[in-house]
Parts: sequence; C-alpha cells; structure tokens
Amino acid sequence: MDQKIRVLIAKPGLDGHDRGAKVVARGLRDAGMEVIYTGLRQTPEEIVKAAMQEDVDIIGLSILSGAHMSVCKKVLELMDKYNFHVPIFVGGIIPADDADELLKMGIKAVFGPGTPISEVVNKIKEVLEQGVKMQ
Amino acid sequence: MNTQERKNKLIELSKEIVQGNQIALAKAITLIENEPELVFELEREYQDRLRTTNSHIVGFTGSPGAGKSTLTDAYVSRLRKDNKKVGIIAVDPSSPFTGGALLGDRIRMKRHFTDDGVFIRSMGSRGNVGGLNDSIFGVVTLFKLYGFDYIIIETVGAGQSEIDIVYVADTVVLVLSPGGGDEIQLMKAGIMEIADIFVINKSDMEGADLLKINLETTLSFSDVQKPIVMCVATSGKGVEELYSEIEKHKVYLNDSGEIRKREERRKKKHAETILSKRVQKILSDGVPENTNVSEMVEYVLSKFCKTRDFEIG
Repeated sequence: MDQKIRVLIAKPGLDGHDRGAKVVARGLRDAGMEVIYTGLRQTPEEIVKAAMQEDVDIIGLSILSGAHMSVCKKVLELMDKYNFHVPIFVGGIIPADDADELLKMGIKAVFGPGTPISEVVNKIKEVLEQGVKMQ
Repeated sequence: MNTQERKNKLIELSKEIVQGNQIALAKAITLIENEPELVFELEREYQDRLRTTNSHIVGFTGSPGAGKSTLTDAYVSRLRKDNKKVGIIAVDPSSPFTGGALLGDRIRMKRHFTDDGVFIRSMGSRGNVGGLNDSIFGVVTLFKLYGFDYIIIETVGAGQSEIDIVYVADTVVLVLSPGGGDEIQLMKAGIMEIADIFVINKSDMEGADLLKINLETTLSFSDVQKPIVMCVATSGKGVEELYSEIEKHKVYLNDSGEIRKREERRKKKHAETILSKRVQKILSDGVPENTNVSEMVEYVLSKFCKTRDFEIG
C-alpha cells in the first residue's frame, strides 16, 4: 500500500489573488501530499466535480473576495446533491464572526493570513485521522 | 481494510463503473493507484468485456511547457463535437524527497470540468522515472471498463528518455515547440523515435518553421513517413489536422494488425512493472547486511520464488 493524502486547492469566485493558494499548495506538496491545483475563478460546480473525479480526501478553498458564505454554502449543497462528502477547509480574509458561522455550517477549519503552513498540515492530518472522510 | 476487503470493494465499485458511475470510477482508481495488483481482480471478472472494448489510447508527451495540457484540452473539445466519451490521465512528477506532488495539468482543461462526457484524473509519478506512474495500466483497464471511446494520457514533462508512454498508448503524439535546441537534438535516440505523430506547437512563434524543416530532414532518413502537424493549441489552430492524423493512425493500426502487437506490448510491460515492484519490495523490506551483490541477488531471487533454497554465507 502506497497511500497519499490527496488535496484539492481551489479558488472560487472572481478575485484574482492566488498567491495564498499557491503558497498553501506548495507547502502541502512539501509535506508529502498530492495537491491538485485547479487555478483561478472556479465555480462551486467545477470544484465539486473536480474533487469527485480526483477522489480527494479534503478540499481547500482560498477566498479573498468576501463571498465565502455563499460560496461555501453552495459547495456544501452540491456535495449533498452528488452524494459526495469530504471535509473542507477555508483560507483567506474571513471576519471572525463569519468564521464561526462557517464552522457551524460544517467547514472543518478556517485559516487567516499569516497561518504557518505546519498548522494547516497538522489540521488536515487531524481532520482525516478523525475519520471525517465519509464514504 | 485488508487486501481481501479492498479486492471486494473494487469488485463492488466495478459493478457501478459499468453502469457509468464516475464517483465509483474515481474511488476505484485510488484503490488501484495505492495497490496496482488489485487490477487482476478486474481482469478475471471482466475478461470478455475488456477484450471487446475498443477504447483508443492516445499519449501526449513532450518537454515541460511545450503545451501538452493545452493541446489535450483542445483535442478533447474536438472529440466532444462528435460526442465521444473521453477519459484523461494527466501525470505530473512526485517529489523524490517527500513523495508530495503539485498536480497542475487540470488548470488548462477547465472548460471540460462540468462536462459529464469528460473525466479527468491527475496522478503523481510516485517514483516512476519513465514519465508515467506504475499503476497507469490498471487505470487504463478501469477506463476501458467504464467504456470511454478515447483514453488520453499526458505524461510528465519528458526530456529524452522518458519513453514509457510507448508501452501504454496506441498512438503517441510528441509535442515540440520552438526554442528546444538545434537539429542535433532531433537526431538523438529516445523520445524522438517513439512518436507516431509530431506536433510543433506554438507554431506562431519565431523558429517554428526552422524546427519544421529540421524535423523533416531528420525524419527523411527513416522509411516510415510520420506526419508533422503545426499547431497553436491556445487558439485551436491545427487541432482539426491533428484530430484527422490521429484518426488515420487509428485506421492504420487496425488495418495492419499493429494494434494487436501494441496490446501485447502493453501487457508485457504491465507484467514487467508488477514484477519489478515485487522485487523492489523484497529489497526495501531488507536484505541481510554485509553480503556482496551476487549474494544479495540470490537472496532476493530465493525470496521471490520461495521454491529456491538459498542461504547467505
């Protein structure tokens, strides 16, 4: 058995700032994960379809546009629609109140600017070890 | 899950795959990627179906940044016009140090993300140095089982000797672009020999015509005339011609019986890949220390065969 953690890093919405997503993608690569990076301006539909085909263990969404509530809601709805459920974490500019809301909605973690990569790596491993990945 | 459970799981998934379930396909790929020998279960269960499925396997190879993904994207759009079902395997390199990988081929294929007739799977090379991934044969089997009309494999950015694609694909397309060196580079052995079709991508850039002349000159030494297609993948220029050259090659393979030979070649390489994995495992599980190489070889063989008697010392 040669198992790898597979992560989809996606940037939903219209903002073009992908530096954060690229830094995280690179950091997870260096932590031994297989990172599928889908680039800018993805719709929730595109993200969920990509995650299904790639059979990823977890999805990371980078959002700096302020649209995090509606994007996350839509992604979670589509997961229900396709009956494909994997944990999601969010990174970007997320106000504290919204972060709480997101966690209540079922997002597993929210990371703000300046989060050390090691923290993201550890959280991913923790979430996956808890067996959150539903079959 | 132990191996038997994973075998059962794969068979369970395979029943949904033949019904066209893409989530089941995705999960089965993960199983086989982690344990390539599981594919034997499918070979046994679906022998006839696999034998009669005529998925055409097209390989795109070439140096990093030559435009393989963008060209794949454009070619897939052409296939979709005819409503052909397409499965894509895009391989990118895994780190030799951490085992991690950044798989970025999908970025060029965004327009197909929500098309149910297209399935894209990214893979890390996971230690394979031939430009592919050791489980590629198993994934091709799964794609055949699903019933794709075309299976497209995009290799890692290949230099001169990453030629494993020739053992997997029915038609190999080598993507070149201007600025890759002089005609001596074209005369070298290895990747230049395995192409069935040459593409000069970015043909609107300076140096493309010279590359074409040099390539024609080089190819004129061989008996078989291989086509050269000038493309600009980003605009779609030349893609129709590439499509028809691939169709021509497909007809040639079937008419000449070459397709059977390539199938045999694929099976042999598949067996070789699995055998060498087994040998590697014995070695990495540990051989007795302070032995010389010949003893080490005999030790591995004895473990491998289990029928042989061999003692170190």
